[in-house]
Amino acid sequence: MNEQLAFTIEVFANGLMAGVLYALVALGFVLIYKASGIFNYAQGVMALFAAMTLVGIQNGQVPFVHLINAIFGTEIHGFGWTVPSFVAIILTVFVMIGLAWAVQRFVFRHLVGQEPIILFMATIGLAYFLEGVADLMWGSELKTLTVCATESVCLPQGMNMWLETTTYEAMGYGFFIDNLDIVASIIAALLVAGLVMFAQYTKQGRAMRAVADDHQAALSVGVSLNFIWILVWSLAGFVALVAGIMWGAKSGVQFSLSLIALKALPVLMLGGFTSIPGAIVGGLIIGVGEKMFEFLIGAPFLGGATENWFAYMLALVFLVFRPQGLFGEKIIERV
Amino acid sequence: MFYREAGDFNTTYAEDQQTFPIKFDRYRYYLVMFIAIVVVPFVINDYWVNSLLLPFLIYSIAALGLNILVGYCGQVSLGTGGFMAVGAYSCYKFMTGVDIWWGGELLFRLPEFNIFFSVIMGGVMTAIVGALFGLPSLRIKGFYLAVATLAAQFFLVWLFNRVAWFYNYSASGQISAPERGFLGVLITGPSTAPWAAYLFCLFFTIICAYAARNMTRGAAGRKWMAIRDMDIAAEIIGVNPLRAKLTAFAVSSFFIGISGALFFAVYLGAVEVGEAFGITKSFLVLFMVIIGGLGSIFGSFAGAAFLVLLPVALKVVGVDFLGWPTDIVAHLQLVIVGALIILFLIVEPHGIAQLWRLAKEKLRLWPFPH
Repeated sequence: MNEQLAFTIEVFANGLMAGVLYALVALGFVLIYKASGIFNYAQGVMALFAAMTLVGIQNGQVPFVHLINAIFGTEIHGFGWTVPSFVAIILTVFVMIGLAWAVQRFVFRHLVGQEPIILFMATIGLAYFLEGVADLMWGSELKTLTVCATESVCLPQGMNMWLETTTYEAMGYGFFIDNLDIVASIIAALLVAGLVMFAQYTKQGRAMRAVADDHQAALSVGVSLNFIWILVWSLAGFVALVAGIMWGAKSGVQFSLSLIALKALPVLMLGGFTSIPGAIVGGLIIGVGEKMFEFLIGAPFLGGATENWFAYMLALVFLVFRPQGLFGEKIIERV
Repeated sequence: MFYREAGDFNTTYAEDQQTFPIKFDRYRYYLVMFIAIVVVPFVINDYWVNSLLLPFLIYSIAALGLNILVGYCGQVSLGTGGFMAVGAYSCYKFMTGVDIWWGGELLFRLPEFNIFFSVIMGGVMTAIVGALFGLPSLRIKGFYLAVATLAAQFFLVWLFNRVAWFYNYSASGQISAPERGFLGVLITGPSTAPWAAYLFCLFFTIICAYAARNMTRGAAGRKWMAIRDMDIAAEIIGVNPLRAKLTAFAVSSFFIGISGALFFAVYLGAVEVGEAFGITKSFLVLFMVIIGGLGSIFGSFAGAAFLVLLPVALKVVGVDFLGWPTDIVAHLQLVIVGALIILFLIVEPHGIAQLWRLAKEKLRLWPFPH
């Protein structure tokens, strides 16, 4: 088999894996946008916050320890215990639900009926706020995240040896794919399937779709908007936690984690803000597109690092021809 | 008692249409100008200029520009940082002489521009780039447009990072302003007198504010506002959306380019593009516009002043007064800025400008409640 072709396929596969993670973040956006019309810029920071909380709980850190030490002059370092991953994840989920409640209660309840752009700005404010709180709570240094189900079964690191040896034997070229990426793809696929099932077959899911369709009609048949919004923000928090675990395990828990939110934006533009399948397909297109562009054109001709802007340019060009995105609802404008 | 239009009669159209129709407003405006131009240059020192006045003036210009685009024309842009970078790099190229290469040979080299004209050229080049990135706004609207302008932000930063021609092939990849003067007074470089830098920026700020104020209440501004309020309706009553949107992008980018050029040449002196003109800068200027007040000239200044003063004030209180470590204060600053933005949006979505308007209304009626 042609070496160059095999290498291209490998880049393609890696792009797909990256695309799955983009789709995962984009999914959180779509959930909130559909149900409340809020374009939640803070999704990336929520992922950061969730990952930091998880690490903090695992390591038994005292929240706000630096602040407490600075104010009272104490020398607290930590509780001195470690919490198993499984328990820590459940605790973090509760924290995210609490966060969803607080966001709903203190921010968006007061902004009902405002223009979408104002709501968007509010989420940018929320992103700053959460980032500051996360740093104050757990400290801003780079943290490593290891999640283990039991003593020995952890989220895997490194490349997949099995895949490399089998493909090498079969085709004369060993594929290089991270274990973590494979696991992340499977988990993301499960999560998406779970969310779709939840939306289709449960009472709350049906109420959620009703709210997404028409707020007033949903209110008139007795759906509690307040509850649905908290539910949706909690779900988005949960998706953020999963995304945070995956990205955190891949490249450490640090500020740059929150920037994946920016990467999810072109994904959304491609897929349309209101479509769950759109988010997934868009994520895959962006992931594959930017890896292939970097490999085929960016690195040889343009001096590399084109991943920074390619996704946006692709989305921009795409939107000029199809302003509502791939699966978005057709925009009808009236005076 | 003293702030009202009673007894203030206008006898000509020019008087009726002037920017400050109320006498008290007019005199206050003259007083502010007098203090800014005549008094301040004699009493300021290096600290005041570099940590407060220069950033305030420069960000005011950027906020004015963005306010024209977002507040008056309703096109949300997240590309401000990238456009500021265009201003800074064009200013640098014109300051050091633009060299055009073709096929490995030097075709020609423009003479080095005076700093004043370099800054203007920074604005002009940014206006061209801005209009180019404004083209998609004819088909893309709302959030989609906001995200599309992110393409400008990331692409431009990448471009200035990768193409060595823009930073004259310097080893560090930075651009640093050489010493240049205007009318015999040094404006850029490390040995600039504080008052010279201040007056240079003040001049541009006044000109920009004057231009913005008069443009927004003239035919151009009315077209922008018609597009903002409902673009289809505006099109039907005869506003050309192509021209209105592109002029808004061009004018706004011109201002932002000038502020970027001043930010680099006068304020910082040397910049690294990703650090100085990253996405955070775009958000910072956007916050200034929102907190100050969308669609208000005064609001641009108020927002810039607020967000320039806030970190300085927090640092003085937190680090110097309470003695906390700087990183904790920096994090607290994030929390406070975020909370303030949310608070402003909840309590007063129209920003500081609206508070000011309410205060003026109260003053007019005082001492009566209605």
